[in-house]
Amino acid sequence: MIPTVVVFLYLAVVLYIGIFAFRRAAHAAEAEDYFLAGRSLGPFVFLMSLFGSNMTAFAILGASGHAFNNGIVTFGLMASSSAFVVPLCLFLLGTRIWALGKRFGFITPVQLFRDRWECSHIGTVIFVVQAALLVPYIVIGVMGGGTALAALSGGRVPFAVGGALVALVVMSYVFLGGMRGTAWVNTFQASLFLLFGAIALAVIGAGMGGFRASAEALLDSPLSWLLTRERVPPALFFSYTFIPLSSIAFPHITIFCLTARRLSQFRRTVVLYPLCITAIFLPSVFLGVMANRATDVPEIRDKQEARQALVQAGPSLSPADRNAIRLRTNADDVLLLLLERYAPVWLAGLLGAGIMAAVMATDSQILALSTMFTEDVLTHYGGKRRFGEHAQVQMARAFVVVLTVAAYVVALRLPESIFALAVQYAFTGYAALFPLLVAAIFWRGSTKWGALASTLWAAGSVVAVAVFQGTVPAPAGPPNVVLGLGSLDLVARTAGGTAVLGFMPVVPIVLGSVLLMVVVSWLTAKPSAPTLARYFPGPTPPLSHELDQLRF
Amino acid sequence: MKRALLVAAALVLYALHQDVWFWREAHPLVFGFLPVGLAYHALYSVAASGLLWLLVQWAWPSHLEAAGQPAEPTPGRAAERDRAPSA
Repeated sequence: MIPTVVVFLYLAVVLYIGIFAFRRAAHAAEAEDYFLAGRSLGPFVFLMSLFGSNMTAFAILGASGHAFNNGIVTFGLMASSSAFVVPLCLFLLGTRIWALGKRFGFITPVQLFRDRWECSHIGTVIFVVQAALLVPYIVIGVMGGGTALAALSGGRVPFAVGGALVALVVMSYVFLGGMRGTAWVNTFQASLFLLFGAIALAVIGAGMGGFRASAEALLDSPLSWLLTRERVPPALFFSYTFIPLSSIAFPHITIFCLTARRLSQFRRTVVLYPLCITAIFLPSVFLGVMANRATDVPEIRDKQEARQALVQAGPSLSPADRNAIRLRTNADDVLLLLLERYAPVWLAGLLGAGIMAAVMATDSQILALSTMFTEDVLTHYGGKRRFGEHAQVQMARAFVVVLTVAAYVVALRLPESIFALAVQYAFTGYAALFPLLVAAIFWRGSTKWGALASTLWAAGSVVAVAVFQGTVPAPAGPPNVVLGLGSLDLVARTAGGTAVLGFMPVVPIVLGSVLLMVVVSWLTAKPSAPTLARYFPGPTPPLSHELDQLRF
Repeated sequence: MKRALLVAAALVLYALHQDVWFWREAHPLVFGFLPVGLAYHALYSVAASGLLWLLVQWAWPSHLEAAGQPAEPTPGRAAERDRAPSA
C-alpha cells in the first residue's frame, strides 16, 4: 500500500511541475516558447533533460528484463555502445543543428531539410515516416507505466488503469508546460533515477546476502553463461553499435538540440553523458542478472521455468504454444519484483517513484510529434497564416491529447516485449534516417531526391522486416535460413528477430540508406547556389565540384 | 595532426567495443562481484567520456557560436512559408 501511495505522490509532484512551468511561461502563446522553451535552457537542465529524454522504459525495465534472460551482454549491447556513439553524434551534429536552428529559426528537423534541399512535399514524406516511427516509442512509455504501476501496487492497480493514469499525467504536463514543463520534469526525473539507481543496488545487494556471494553462486550454477557472452554471436553484438545512431535522428532529440541557450552547453553534456549512461545501466543490468538467484520469488521462478521449457521442448511445440511460453519469459518487471522482495516497504515506494521517473519519458516524444504536426504540416500548408500563432499552439495541445489517447489504446492491444518492439522498429528506422542529417549538414552535393530515396528505403525496410517476422515464426532452436547462397546464410529468422549475413537488419538498412543517399544525390540536380552558399559559405572544394557534374 | 590523432583515437575506441578476448570469460570477478566482461564495458564507457573530453578541449567547433547568430532576414521558417510548394 505504501509504495502505491508514494508513487501517487510522485505523480502529483510531476503534474505540479507542469502547472508551475505553465504559470512561469511569459510568452506561453508563442510557438517558439511552447515548442522550444524560448531556446533558453541552462546547462544543468539541458544535460539532465536530454539524458532523461533518451532514457525510456526500455532503459530501466527493458535492460534489467533483457539481462535477466540474456546476461551481462545487455550492457555492451545497450549501454557502452550508446555511451560513445550518442555523445559523439551530439558533438558532431547536435552543435551544428543548434547553430542552424538559431540562425535560420528552425523548430523541427523537417524545416531544416526543406530549407536545405529546397523541397516541400518530400519534407512531408519525411515527416510521415518520422511520425510513424515515433508512435511505437510512445506506446512503449505507456506500456512501461502500466507494467510499473501494476507491479509496484502488487496488482492492486491493473495494467490498463496504471497505463491510463501515467498517460493522463504525462499528457497534462506536456499540454500545459510544453517544452519548458517537459524539460523541468525530465530534469527532476533524471536526477531521481540516478540517485535511486545507486540506492536500489545497495539495498537489493544487502538483501540478497551480498553481490560477491550471489555472483559466485551464479558462477557455480548451470546459469553461469549469464556472466559471459558465449551465447551471443559477435556479429549480433557488433550490429548493436549501429542502433545508437538513431538517437540524434529521433525528432525529439534533434528538436531538443535547439533548446540550448548557448553552444557551450553541449560541452558538459557530451562529456558527462557516458557517465550518466553507466550510472543507470550498470545497476539495471547487474540486478537483472542477479535476479536469477532470487528463486524464492514465485514470479521469477516461473520466468526461469518458462525459459527452460522453451529450450527443452521448444522445437516440438506449435508456434502458438511457443509464443505463449515466450510471453511468460518476459522479465520487464524483474527489477520491481526484486524491490518488492528485498527493500523495506517505505523504501520500495521511493525506489518505485524512481522507476516511474524512468518509464515516464514519453513526454518528449509526444511533444515532438505535436511540434512536428503543427510546424511541418499545419504551419507549412498555411495554417498559421489562417489562424494565427495562438491557434497554432492550441492545435499542438489538442494533438497532444489525441496522440496520448491513441497510444494508450494501442498499448492495451500490443502485449509485446518493450525491448523487442523498440529495437526492431523505431530504433532501426531512425538509424536508417541518420544519413539524412549527416548529408544535410556536411555534404553540399546531397539532394532532395537522395533524401527521398533514403527515407523510402528506411520505411520500406522496416515494414519488410516487420512483415517477415510476422510471417515466418521464430524458431525455438538454431536460426531458420530462409534465403541462402551455397553455404552462405543470406537471410535467416532467429529466435530474437532477423539476421542478414549474421548481422541484425539495422546494419544493411543503414548501409543501404547511405548508398542511396550518395548514388541518387550524384545523379540528380543540386539545390540552388544561394541556398548552398548559406549552408556552405566557403569556396567549393574541387573534388566536390567535379562530382557535382556527374549528374543527368 | 591533432585532428588526425583524435579521429584515430575515436576509430580505435569504436573497435575496442568488440572485445572478443573476454567473450567466454567471467573471471576474474572485478571487486569480487563484477564479471570481467561487464567491468570492461563499464570502463569502456568511462574511456568514452575521457575521449569526448579531449574532443571538447582540442576540437571544439567554436566558430558555430558566431554562425548561430540569427540571419537577416530569417530564411528558415519565413522563406519556407512564402515558397510555393514544390517536390
